[in-house]
Amino acid sequence: MKYYDKLIFELSKEGRCGYSLPDNMWEENTGSIPSGLRRTSVPRLPQVSEVDVVRHYTNLSDMNFGVDTGFYPLGSCTMKYNPKINEEIAGTAGFQGIHPLQPRSTVQGVMKLYNDLSASLSAITGMAAFTLNPFAGAHGELTGLMIMRRYHICRGDLKRTRVIVPDSAHGTNPASATVCGLEVVQVNSLPDGTIDVDHLKTLLDDTVAGIMMTNPNTLGLFETRIGEIADLVHGCGGLLYYDGANMNPLLGVVRPGDMGFDIMHLNLHKTFSTPHGGGGPGAGPVGVAERLRQYLPLPRMDGEEPEENAGRISGFMGNFGVLLKAYAYILMLGRQNIRMAGPLATLNANYVKESLKDCYMLPVPSVCKHEFVFDGLADQSTGVTTLDVAKRLLDYGFHAPTVYFPLLFHQSIMIEPTETESKETLDAFIDVMRKIAGEAAEDPDLVKSAPHNTPVRRPDETAAARHPVIRFQY
Amino acid sequence: MSKTVAGLRYSESHEWVGIDGNIATIGITDYAQHALGNLSYVDMPETDDEVTKGEEFGAVESVKAASDLYSPVSGKVVEINTELEDAPERLNVDPYANWIIKVEMSDPSELEDLMDEAAYIAFCEKEK
Amino acid sequence: MAFAYFPHTPDDIRQMLQRSGVSSIEELYSDVPEKFRFKGEYDLPDAMSEEEVRRYFTHLDSLNTRLTVFCGAGAYDHYSPAAVKYIISRSEFLTAYTPYQAEISQGTLRYIFEFQSMVCELTGMDCANASMYDGPTSAAEAMLMSVASVRKRRKVLISSSLLPNVIDVVRTYTGYHGVQTDTIEISDGVTSLEDLKRKLSGNDVAGVLVPGINRYGIIEDLEGFADAVHSAGALMAVYSDPSSLAVLKTPGEWGADIACGDGQTLGIPLCFGGPYVGFLACRKDLMRKLPGRIVGATEDLDGKRSFVLTLQAREQHIRREKATSNICSNQSLMALYVTVYLSLMGPEGLKKVNDLSYGGAHYLHRKLLETGKFSVVFDKPFLKEFVLATDIDVPYLQKVLADAGFFGALQTEEGYVSFCVTERRTREEIDALVAVVNDVIQK
Repeated sequence: MKYYDKLIFELSKEGRCGYSLPDNMWEENTGSIPSGLRRTSVPRLPQVSEVDVVRHYTNLSDMNFGVDTGFYPLGSCTMKYNPKINEEIAGTAGFQGIHPLQPRSTVQGVMKLYNDLSASLSAITGMAAFTLNPFAGAHGELTGLMIMRRYHICRGDLKRTRVIVPDSAHGTNPASATVCGLEVVQVNSLPDGTIDVDHLKTLLDDTVAGIMMTNPNTLGLFETRIGEIADLVHGCGGLLYYDGANMNPLLGVVRPGDMGFDIMHLNLHKTFSTPHGGGGPGAGPVGVAERLRQYLPLPRMDGEEPEENAGRISGFMGNFGVLLKAYAYILMLGRQNIRMAGPLATLNANYVKESLKDCYMLPVPSVCKHEFVFDGLADQSTGVTTLDVAKRLLDYGFHAPTVYFPLLFHQSIMIEPTETESKETLDAFIDVMRKIAGEAAEDPDLVKSAPHNTPVRRPDETAAARHPVIRFQY
Repeated sequence: MSKTVAGLRYSESHEWVGIDGNIATIGITDYAQHALGNLSYVDMPETDDEVTKGEEFGAVESVKAASDLYSPVSGKVVEINTELEDAPERLNVDPYANWIIKVEMSDPSELEDLMDEAAYIAFCEKEK
Repeated sequence: MAFAYFPHTPDDIRQMLQRSGVSSIEELYSDVPEKFRFKGEYDLPDAMSEEEVRRYFTHLDSLNTRLTVFCGAGAYDHYSPAAVKYIISRSEFLTAYTPYQAEISQGTLRYIFEFQSMVCELTGMDCANASMYDGPTSAAEAMLMSVASVRKRRKVLISSSLLPNVIDVVRTYTGYHGVQTDTIEISDGVTSLEDLKRKLSGNDVAGVLVPGINRYGIIEDLEGFADAVHSAGALMAVYSDPSSLAVLKTPGEWGADIACGDGQTLGIPLCFGGPYVGFLACRKDLMRKLPGRIVGATEDLDGKRSFVLTLQAREQHIRREKATSNICSNQSLMALYVTVYLSLMGPEGLKKVNDLSYGGAHYLHRKLLETGKFSVVFDKPFLKEFVLATDIDVPYLQKVLADAGFFGALQTEEGYVSFCVTERRTREEIDALVAVVNDVIQK
């Protein structure tokens, strides 16, 4: 990676252009619009040639690290390889040119994709029906909670406005609940990170709309008492929401529907190999049990608008381009390969965990699923923090794991290798992690002052937040 | 060992209160600013807002954390420290010299529920 | 049974199991209660080779009818320069996550900063975020943002002249959030300022949402709106087509506090409705109420200009249930799409896009009126989209047009017929469409 210091605005030169448009063949132009409706200033967009643009963004890309660059063990984000056939399919000109409001008779291929993909997701998760409209995981969560609320409201059960969320949950869970108008009630975790069922029992009453859970949880541990939890929550009239962020290890092994979940979302950009795009576009389909089918949001694949529907949550029918990629992946997996997807992700995680647990503090020493969490270095006397380890990893050409999450520990390092990484890649990572542990003991300053080889080094986040500069200063 | 100041009252949520007649001057303690790290923003109420003992009246933010501020007393906000709008770092430099709000107390007896310096020092020891 | 995406050889698996201290893969799942392990056969297709996958999608493609697009209603068929697709396909952008590690994400961080800057420049606002999902959700977030900014008010007003899907999404979000939503009436095709003033009179409204260009394609005159909204203590948000802002008065110029809308018009392919990119921008004093990712400039240890995610204390991963929005992943790659598009187009190119669309739309408008079977509903200025009244059966007309290879004649809720022309449409295409319309009329 090479440091490159331009912004596109700084390449601008009056009179230069990078577009190619036909000459104006019409009698009228925007000059006919009443002047009171026209803007008075010319927008200061860059004026650059096509080659300026291509070089600029190519140079920017050279300061970026993607899954295609190297190992990306970012816990909870499932950075698996993004197959290239997915991109080829989504780029098909025919798909790109379809208007979302075209008559149904002219988009039968699109409808077939929605049907086939939904059916596959149902088969994989054990849920009866899906909406593919949500744009991202958090959007799926919100949609799922809307379905939960709508269910209770339509039954006249209006006092169910509280949702139980484990204290170890991703921040999106409580945030989604609040946006949905639900009150968050925290259920405690036991020292091993699993839900404290005794505490849960004290929270259950007729004001509970439901519970949001991930399984495996944020420590990568399977909630073994899920059957009991489902019975308890259902017993009090609540619903179970499954946060699909951690679905990957269950792919081909366990179906959330079979565990008693009523509503769930999937992150197609995690579990189903579509690229993250530097923070989207993703897709967050939401699946429901049969008795909740009529609550799915609009617009619906079946074209129906049942009275109970949860509302409209998107302009059209979601990120179609992303759905194409996910289905290409499902077709490649097929009924055969899916069986190994989750298990190999789990094997990779356990292999890394067992290979490093003498150098890094492993708070919960049991078999994990797709990911696990260290609480910093085993030797905490060096003063080297999790942040330092993360930054030092960058020097060695690896993306850092997720750090300082979950909040259960002070020095969390959350590692998720995914099933697409080879033993050789994992071995190289293990070697580097061990080497950094050695450096921390022998030359702590080297680690504390890392990274040394990246285009920039520890940008000052405090200064950025105190005096925000969030747009180009002309 | 975080600093404390004699003569102030302290809350369990790490606010300090200075008393002048029925005006309470409220800030955050040295313990709190240490725990939060470099502060980047102070979210304050407006003057004339009512605050209630034990309820939030604002928040302090650092790069990676945000913490609500809880009012140690009830009453009406009579002044806010506008200097903090552009210089939240003042709370890191000297949290006792830089107050956040001043409240005209509606029930000064609420002060009795707060800790004195010695009690607060002992409280912080236990928090560790 | 090797598979291209799983690199494990049987020997690898053996060694790895050994290191992991288990004897089999099944043992890794021994903590999963037996009854929850899926024993059945997955009801999925057989695994396919790449060639078979291609064949499936070629078939899928063949089931759709390619139409020349003469409709808008929230999705517009604009030209997309070749270089845009080329750039966004670069895997360094495509396969990266949210830029948490600033040191190896300066590429993503810089283009987001550029995107924010361009959104500000087009909308006349001070701050913008790294993107929202789409236009309608950006409008919903704008309304939630108003409620979070104006204390003790839980009511918003939205214009009935907004696109129907924008109204529906705003209503969904605000409804669950416990925010009352009222609509402002339409008067002669545009948002009624009188009705707005009437509904503001209770001084209980937090936010107002009005369109720059409305559901009939009319460019709304928002003179006097901001004064009315502000004197009632509320915030004004304008829902804009960002492409049009190269020539039209900006939300900033109208006095808006918040600007939102869909960036799809900035060259993003129709793609059956997504991925698109919403944008959300605001005045400086609302910066800390702006949801979503925001990138800021700073310096690194060596004094080099650097970019980081900033103001994160607003966000869900820190504020949890106290965050004003739950958004995390947004539409980052589509923000890059728009940024590269705007770099290529520049102010001149974007103006030309509008001139060509305007010229073509007005040409079609005239040609349709000349058939004698269409009449003007609202005599108001429009840019590229318009509605007419007609005696012709609109669904029938739409069907005949589709059979002839056109997507046109969208029926609005009011029974009008809607058309749209962008710079991609040629005179020949427009003449051919009009010829089909004439055939229908003559039958």
